[in-house]
Amino acid sequence: MAITLIILLLIAGSVIFHFTSVWWFTPLASHWSAIDTTINITIWITGVVFIAVNLFLAYAIYRYRYKAGARADYQPENKKLEGWLLLVTSIGIAAMLAPGLYVWGQFVSPPADATVVEAVGQQWHWRFRLPGADGQLGKADVRASSELNPLGLDPNDPAGMDDLIIDSHELVLELNKPVKVLLRSNDVLHNFAVPQFRVKMDLVPGTVSYVWFIPTVVGQFDILCEELCGIGHFAMRGRVLVKESDDYQQWLAQQQSYRQYQARLAGDPEFGKAHYQVCASCHGAQGEGNQALHAPALAGQSGWYLKRQLRAYQQGLRGNAEGDVFGAQMIAMAQLVRDEQAINHLLAYIGSFNPNLVQAEPGNLHNGQRLYRNCSYCHGRNGEGIFAMNAPMLHSLEPWYLTRQLDYFKRQIRGNHPQDFYGAQMSLMAQSLHSEQDIADVVAYINSLQPKAGLTQGDSNDSER
Amino acid sequence: MTASADIAHQEHSNSFLTKYVWSQDHKVIAIQYGVTAIMVGVVALVLSALMRLQLGFPDQFSFINPASYLQFVTMHGMIMVVYLLTALLLGGFGNYLIPLMLGARDMVFPYLNMLSYWTYLLSVLVLMASFFVPGGPTGAGWTLYPPQAILPGTPGSEMGILMMLVSLGIFIVAFTMGGLNYVCTVLQARARGMTLMRMPLTIWGIFVATIMGLLAFPALLVSAIMMFLDSVAGTSFFMPAIMSLGEQLDHGGGSPILFQHLFWFFGHPEVYIVALPAFGMVSDVLATHARKNIFGYRMMVWAIVIIGGLSFVVWAHHMYVSGMNPYFGFFFATTTLIIAVPTALKVYNWILTLWRGNIHLTVPMLFAIGFIFTFVHGGLSGLFLGNVVIDLPLSDTYFVVGHFHMVMGVSPIMVLFAAIYHWFPKITGRMLHTGMGKFHFWATFVGTYLVFLPMHYLGFLGVPRRYFAMGGTDFIPASAQSLNASITVSALVIAVVQLVFIYNVIWSLRHGKAAGHNPWQATTLEWQTPDTPPKHGNWGPSEPVVYRWAYDYSVPGARDDFIPQNVPDSEVVVTDKLAFAKAGT
Repeated sequence: MAITLIILLLIAGSVIFHFTSVWWFTPLASHWSAIDTTINITIWITGVVFIAVNLFLAYAIYRYRYKAGARADYQPENKKLEGWLLLVTSIGIAAMLAPGLYVWGQFVSPPADATVVEAVGQQWHWRFRLPGADGQLGKADVRASSELNPLGLDPNDPAGMDDLIIDSHELVLELNKPVKVLLRSNDVLHNFAVPQFRVKMDLVPGTVSYVWFIPTVVGQFDILCEELCGIGHFAMRGRVLVKESDDYQQWLAQQQSYRQYQARLAGDPEFGKAHYQVCASCHGAQGEGNQALHAPALAGQSGWYLKRQLRAYQQGLRGNAEGDVFGAQMIAMAQLVRDEQAINHLLAYIGSFNPNLVQAEPGNLHNGQRLYRNCSYCHGRNGEGIFAMNAPMLHSLEPWYLTRQLDYFKRQIRGNHPQDFYGAQMSLMAQSLHSEQDIADVVAYINSLQPKAGLTQGDSNDSER
Repeated sequence: MTASADIAHQEHSNSFLTKYVWSQDHKVIAIQYGVTAIMVGVVALVLSALMRLQLGFPDQFSFINPASYLQFVTMHGMIMVVYLLTALLLGGFGNYLIPLMLGARDMVFPYLNMLSYWTYLLSVLVLMASFFVPGGPTGAGWTLYPPQAILPGTPGSEMGILMMLVSLGIFIVAFTMGGLNYVCTVLQARARGMTLMRMPLTIWGIFVATIMGLLAFPALLVSAIMMFLDSVAGTSFFMPAIMSLGEQLDHGGGSPILFQHLFWFFGHPEVYIVALPAFGMVSDVLATHARKNIFGYRMMVWAIVIIGGLSFVVWAHHMYVSGMNPYFGFFFATTTLIIAVPTALKVYNWILTLWRGNIHLTVPMLFAIGFIFTFVHGGLSGLFLGNVVIDLPLSDTYFVVGHFHMVMGVSPIMVLFAAIYHWFPKITGRMLHTGMGKFHFWATFVGTYLVFLPMHYLGFLGVPRRYFAMGGTDFIPASAQSLNASITVSALVIAVVQLVFIYNVIWSLRHGKAAGHNPWQATTLEWQTPDTPPKHGNWGPSEPVVYRWAYDYSVPGARDDFIPQNVPDSEVVVTDKLAFAKAGT
């Protein structure tokens, strides 16, 4: 009667696993306790049915196992019994469905006073937008999207000018204040899911969907994309910070309006020249880099990326990890240029440099090309870097620098800071380079992609700006 | 020309080619379908082992990267659902059992039937070829959602997705040829006396599933054609104005959600296209080996028909969080939970069939019991996901993976194994080895439970599916990785155990115990053929006549505990006339 025994064991095992499992709901951090209640009702009803039906199954097998000379009953049907079973089942189903529909009714009706926030997904990043002083979001369309306007705000809609553009993976929400998150995608399907809030909804290009909730716990919560969106799907992470009202207002005051955002990289190379002198001692007069001083080339790198890295050094997101000796040096240097305008001037000056032709290291270009396929989605087919993907130019970086950074990403020396979303993403991707040889090959291939000397450098430099 | 004249003609041209390759015999075609489906299923099994390796032991294997992982996931899912389950249940068992169980000499269109198999084979070859094209097979997930399925951020967007769409198109052509044939055969070629309400539940399941397939697959076909055009001809059926990897595309005006509606209008009935034949076959296995009539036969038939009908109005429960109008949730949650009622009734009736039976714990019976257990589990977890608000936290997590593998992976495969062990003696004339069969059952039954039960709890926790790696996620404890490793170990063990089954099949073909005509002492017509395996034409000189329903087991007053369907009352050896008359068979 092994089968009876095993069924009993599986029932007992399931029950024990259920009650001892450490893998259980993440603690709730929103007002949706009603969702948890509905699940618990369903767990109890289905759990009782699971146990009862299978116990009966096990007993029937045991009780009516084959015996020589025994004979089965002959009973084609029993309408009364079947009627009862139908009735009891229907009651059980209704007991699960009714509360479910009731709570869903609440979920589809956000309160009128909810704060409106827009979350925009784009392979494989989050950006957010909040209404400005006028309290409403301006019109937006992906067709207007560009480097200066990644969310595609309508330039002719005055309502959008004061919208706050959060060009970051991190959104801050106010504690105990209902929030309606409008969901929009610039490319493919994505999904906005925060397990602690119990909410989840797809972002669909061409339309706007929503979720709403009241955050009830101060803290930080991961935003996961839960709709397959391509190879970077698993690395598309964001974060919600829930803060007390005062802290929230403080954060809000620091955010850039759309108007300010458009001017975020405007600078004058003439003013920047003076600021650059201190950089030049390591990075070279023309931003050509210096391996002996462990200073990478800057020429040809896009301004938005250099600015992000400068800020990352200043805020301790980069260069702070144990083992990153050369990054640590840069932390001190980065403190010398803190002013927003000064940085923009500096970047404008660096933007005037022509990238050098980098001497490639030998490597297996065929293997490199194969490996680079996964990199190309973000960094571009020619390693030119794509702003929309938050991916810097690679082709004109020196091989020693690329190698070191890949190694750092892989060992999580870079990209390990909780605030460094972009680095963390690269760290996840770098894990699929399995050996030093792989890294060498992919670096060799990247350097083989640089525009050939003289001919196209001017053009590519223009397009970077 | 009539079918029997056709057959007579073919019997004379006895070359190997016409008999075993270009055969129009439904039994040979069934075996061709079955062997092809199982071979492609082994490919899908290997793919699942590869993805489990990454999940259990991340980044240890240089041949798995984020792109190839998604390709494994996608191809595993599509192969298992369409090319293995649908093909094996309908093309394999449907083909073999419909004429035999109905007392027909063959399908009504034998030539079309042959064409169906070769077209199916072509679809499989196109699908397999996509592993070797530049960029590899598609990694868009088995649901192939646009826009990402045809855009460069998804692996296989160059050629793989197009080959997938073409292969699906060919498969649907094959299915339509086979399906029309099954429906016509059931309606037109039943033996004298075989009324619809005397048909075995296997036939009812296959019959209703086939009708559903004929109605559902066209939705997939049109969506495949539209997506193909979006990809190669610049149309915008499913493509709104969007960017891709930082560039604006020329598309505009299309709707990605339209694809999802079309896909799931096919996709949900597809669940029952697999489930209903399995429901039917397991009913017959249970009745035969419990020596008892199926309990509530008429209710079982109506349940099959009602489930088949309702399954066309529940599709959007796959789309609760898709961004469609959320008010649809009320309707689809209600229809979805209503479908649980006839489904639950079937479960009760299977167990009540065992009640007061005389249960022979043969290998097919063990698998049938395994089916009941896993189906109960998978059906109950479906009540979570069907209830729209509960789907909210659980959708797109491992709870979904656990649920659909339990209900659509493990339980139909339990039935497929039950069916193979049950009908192998008729197909080959030899029994499968019982010891190996029992080992196969225990390892598969317990092993799959150890794989899929824990996944539900990862889902409660909120671990998302289709993730190549979890990376650092605050709410997921490190222990979840240990759980994943243990799931992987179980999965690999089960995969290896399937080799025992394959060995058993090969070994038994030669060395298995001779089966005789009716080793299980079953009532249905396929066991009453004059030859085992049945010859082309099935019935020798005279076709059978049916006198009773399919479940006359242990009829009071009769000497034997089974009365075949083609035995009239006058030929039954009766020991107690009064009791026999009272039973009123």
